[in-house]
Amino acid sequence: MGLTTAVDTGPDPDDLDDDVDDDLDDDLDHAARRRSTALWIGGLTAGLLVTLVLAVGLGAVAISPATVARIVGHHLVGWPGEVSATSAEESIVWRVRLPRVVLGLLVGAGLAVCGVALQAMVRNLLADPYLLGVTSGASTGAAAAILFGLGAGFGENALSASAFLGALAASLAVFLVARAGGRITSLRLLMAGVAVGYALYAATSFLIFAADSAEGARSVLFWLLGSLGLARWSVPLAVVAVVVCLSVAALMVWGRKLDALAVGDETAHTLGVPPTRFRVRLLVVVALCVGAVVAASGGIGFIGLVIPHVARRFVGAAHGRVIPVAALIGAIFLVWADVAARTLLEPRELPIGIITALVGAPFLLILVRRFHATST
Amino acid sequence: MITADGVSFGYGRALVLDDVGLTVEPGQVVGLIGPNGSGKTTLLRTLYASLTPRAGLVTLDGRPLAGLEPRALARRLSVVAQEGAAELPLTVADTVLLGRSPHLATFQRPSRQDHRIAAAALTRVGVRHLADRVFAGLSGGEKQRVLIARALAQRADHLLLDEPTNHLDIRYQHEVLSLVRRLEVTTVVVLHDLNLAARYCDELVLLDGGTVAATGTPDAVLRPEVLEPVYEIGVHRIPTDDGVQLLFRPLDEQDPT
Repeated sequence: MGLTTAVDTGPDPDDLDDDVDDDLDDDLDHAARRRSTALWIGGLTAGLLVTLVLAVGLGAVAISPATVARIVGHHLVGWPGEVSATSAEESIVWRVRLPRVVLGLLVGAGLAVCGVALQAMVRNLLADPYLLGVTSGASTGAAAAILFGLGAGFGENALSASAFLGALAASLAVFLVARAGGRITSLRLLMAGVAVGYALYAATSFLIFAADSAEGARSVLFWLLGSLGLARWSVPLAVVAVVVCLSVAALMVWGRKLDALAVGDETAHTLGVPPTRFRVRLLVVVALCVGAVVAASGGIGFIGLVIPHVARRFVGAAHGRVIPVAALIGAIFLVWADVAARTLLEPRELPIGIITALVGAPFLLILVRRFHATST
Repeated sequence: MITADGVSFGYGRALVLDDVGLTVEPGQVVGLIGPNGSGKTTLLRTLYASLTPRAGLVTLDGRPLAGLEPRALARRLSVVAQEGAAELPLTVADTVLLGRSPHLATFQRPSRQDHRIAAAALTRVGVRHLADRVFAGLSGGEKQRVLIARALAQRADHLLLDEPTNHLDIRYQHEVLSLVRRLEVTTVVVLHDLNLAARYCDELVLLDGGTVAATGTPDAVLRPEVLEPVYEIGVHRIPTDDGVQLLFRPLDEQDPT
């Protein structure tokens, strides 16, 4: 008896189209959803602009936000025409701090969106951009440059260039190992990334050992922990800017595909997203983006792991919303971490990786606890 | 219409499917039945091009599957497959909206109309109230219905389902299958339960060790002399005023008379 009533509930199949046209009310609160996403993105963009002005002002020589705004305005758009600041202030703002803050926001945004993409790609919420051996590759490249002068042909950009090449070579190795069986699955990608990472870590250690130079080893260590200290208006900064902006744009456009891939390979396939082909494209974008970022700033940890989770808490898991929000939060967070790195122990500068790890590690522990609570 | 002709598939040397054929007329519901490991899911996966057959041809409305672009295929064929649990906390609404993605251009966002279609699909399977819940936190039966809603939102005229009644209690098993029945789209469904197959399918294909052991109406296929050698279990047909019901018992316990 219960069976027949259950069977007969629901509208007729013919009504399906009419439902959609008649029932104008139920659009899953489409407008409200749009509005809330727009508010988050608008609010965070405003937060980023404020961050920019404040962060440039903070440091050994404090400069008021109004002065910062005037100097930046003068240089960017020629207004105001006259700047009532000392030439020292102008030099600090425009030549030293602004490029550093700009690099910081690019690095933060790049690492955060690559973390989001990686977590969807290997379907693991504890994945981070360094999983694919990219950092290890960059480290090996950087160590070779610092200790043995590799890439001297690139002149003053030798370090960035060889780190970038190392990152790309590592990604290529991960890709080739993961592809050995034909299909690139998330598990295969994870294992290839870990294996290549360890091999390159050994290579870097060997380089440090073989060079037998305490000073060199110190430079490599400092580089590994990350720093924005090399930032200035230069070609490498322009490269990072272009690569990060293109990556964020590409990942935003691929939002739905990322959703489908995160659900599963079969699902992605049945929604018209060929999983292996899409993974290869993602791999290229992530390798280029992380490679460029790491080459410019060293191995800054935890951003790519933690920021995606923060973004999801704010706007849910759909990637069309998570990508822009994660980019903005990553940018804001990294700029403030750098402010802390250069002001906490003045005049000495802390490696920024220490700050991000100090903030990120407790967060990760909370995440792991929560994760166990929901999965059991 | 879906056809498979001479389809073979294998991992390494062993053939999982050997020269399997299948025809699903427009609007028909065809059930794939057979014991574990007989190739039901493998056959289904060749029907939506997740697996490429080693030999043979699969067509959708007369066009070879291999010639269809992935998104074009997804607009004409929706699938409810078995998939491991995903960790990503997507909401039910986001999950069902994914069904609209084959219809959207790369730079297009889901429109208000897409949201309406998703809402209608959720209402249709009776889980509209779950729209803002996280999909991974639902019960097995709720998940299954959300996945069917996603397939509905895809608005394809062909539907493939891999054991859609798994994890469902008896009432929802019937509810889901009668819903599928009423959609009047061309459907292939993998089923374990032969009594459900008898009630809701127009035609059955019985697989055994990767080959077709029998095909025809439920009445023709669900007979002791057909089922017993394949399932190695005693089968008893009981005619009732609500169609035929099958009863099973192990062969070695059968009455010697």
